Amino acid sequence: MTGKHKKVAYYPGCALEGTGHAYNRSTKAVGKALDLDLVELKNWNCCGAMEVKNIDPKLQTYLSARNLTIAEDMGFDTVMAPCNGCYHNLKKAEYDLANDEGSREVTERLSSKAGHKTYEAGKVETIHALDWIKDSIGEEGIKARVKNSLKGLKVANYYGCMYTRPRHIFPEKDKGPGSESTLQPHFMDDILAAAGAENVDYPLKTACCGGAHTLSDSDTSTKLVLNLLTTAEACGADVIATECPTCHTGLEMHQVRAEKVLGRKTSVKILYFTQLLGIALGLSQRQVGVQENFSDATDLLHEKGLV
Amino acid sequence: MPIHEKSLIRPENLVTHEHLELDGIDVSGHWSTFIESREITDYNEALQDEIAALPGGEFIHRCWQCGSCTNACTVNALNPDFNPRYWIYLIRMGFEDELVRDKDIIWQCVSCNKCTYACPRDVFPEGVMKATSHWLELKGYTPKSPAMVFDEEFSSQVFATGKIEDGKVLRRFFARTGQSLFQDWLIALVRGLLTQLPVSLLMKMGLASVFHPRTRNWDAASAAIAEYVTERKEADRRALGLDTQGAE
Ligand code: SF4
Ligand code: SF4
Repeated sequence: MTGKHKKVAYYPGCALEGTGHAYNRSTKAVGKALDLDLVELKNWNCCGAMEVKNIDPKLQTYLSARNLTIAEDMGFDTVMAPCNGCYHNLKKAEYDLANDEGSREVTERLSSKAGHKTYEAGKVETIHALDWIKDSIGEEGIKARVKNSLKGLKVANYYGCMYTRPRHIFPEKDKGPGSESTLQPHFMDDILAAAGAENVDYPLKTACCGGAHTLSDSDTSTKLVLNLLTTAEACGADVIATECPTCHTGLEMHQVRAEKVLGRKTSVKILYFTQLLGIALGLSQRQVGVQENFSDATDLLHEKGLV
Repeated sequence: MPIHEKSLIRPENLVTHEHLELDGIDVSGHWSTFIESREITDYNEALQDEIAALPGGEFIHRCWQCGSCTNACTVNALNPDFNPRYWIYLIRMGFEDELVRDKDIIWQCVSCNKCTYACPRDVFPEGVMKATSHWLELKGYTPKSPAMVFDEEFSSQVFATGKIEDGKVLRRFFARTGQSLFQDWLIALVRGLLTQLPVSLLMKMGLASVFHPRTRNWDAASAAIAEYVTERKEADRRALGLDTQGAE
């Protein structure tokens, strides 16, 4: 499997240019450290995140189709999206364009009015940052490049909702040995274990953080996040590794809110998996944007001798 | 079809008799609670079709009431009254009044798709929840939920410029829902960040709120989307037998 995806089209999405800036920085830095090439999609548009589908799901499909057309026009057959929301939406668009006549019609109509070609399902494959690293470098490749092992760091790997659900939009998952699993995802565990981390057995890997209503129904989100945090602590984790800017920001925000509103303080730190991997590859805290997180992990990293 | 259990055992449908004898047997006290017989005449026979006509609700007819969706549901675990399986049942039976009783919580679905993952019939219950929230608003049973206000704020920025700027979505959402930006926890959050962030990034974030990020040559796409949205809204209202003029 290794050696795939050496050079891919990169779709950062709006979140990575805003609150998820540290994820953008660390993803690019890790790519560089691993000699993988990212070419940003030219003039991309927002994928619609979790909101546009609630106005109309077919519009979401069009928004993603436009980005896939750009990848195709730039000569790529693979687009990498580190944000779970973007990844999910691109995958969902592929599924809907292949299976739903109505979605195809709307996409065709909007594309022609917007003045670009209509994307045809199957021309571009969407992968997540986890696939990108797993398939191009692999665990052995990571082990060979580790300069600053995460040894002694206990990590709860948190994948969230959109990386695994709903199952039908991820045809490459659940294909047995070697493939990713929707029920028991393990790619992040594999990557961080290769970087030396001690992964804890975290039962809430794919539980929901309430990200869809993080501001509109804060009490629900705070309860869900608190559950994720206290369970990670009970599992002995020092840090929760994330792979999605919405989950990441939600965890950080509601950790503070749980303390302020519910009086429940938790001390587990939250870092993007690319930040942890970057540190293992010998990058500095600054290079992976540790200071851009709300959840200040500097002390933890010092304590573990990682910086 | 399972019995219409929940509404039968509601407090207002129960009658307690202090002293009651039936066929010479004293059934008062704890055992004297009866469910009064009643007739239901207020069906909306079109209810399933109305939900099915809204985006996300298309496959509601496939439901066979196994309960996997509710069993898997994130929000149900926090609040047992949040019950997608039950709502789908009410919709399919046309029990509009019963459905409307839960109007204030249906919008709380967090779109985790656990129901959709678990559903053996490809009902896509997450979509049904969204369709039902829209239906409640369109029929005038509920004001716009905060979640819908957020979706609208977010989407209108995407439709206008092709991209969003987090800060602007946040500010506009707080303004529209009448919340203060100066809540304890938000202040604590921002203060923590300001002491750590590099100046260059702060400047970049500040600039983003002045020069809003946008996708180049987006105008034609924006116009096409606007036209589609208007059409869609009219179609939704028509499907519910509502005056299309009310569409914004
Ligand atoms: S998507 Fe909504 S209804 Fe479905 S399980 Fe999640 S919260 Fe429940
Ligand atoms: S899981 Fe699907 S079939 Fe079962 S009750 Fe829920 S919607 Fe109906």
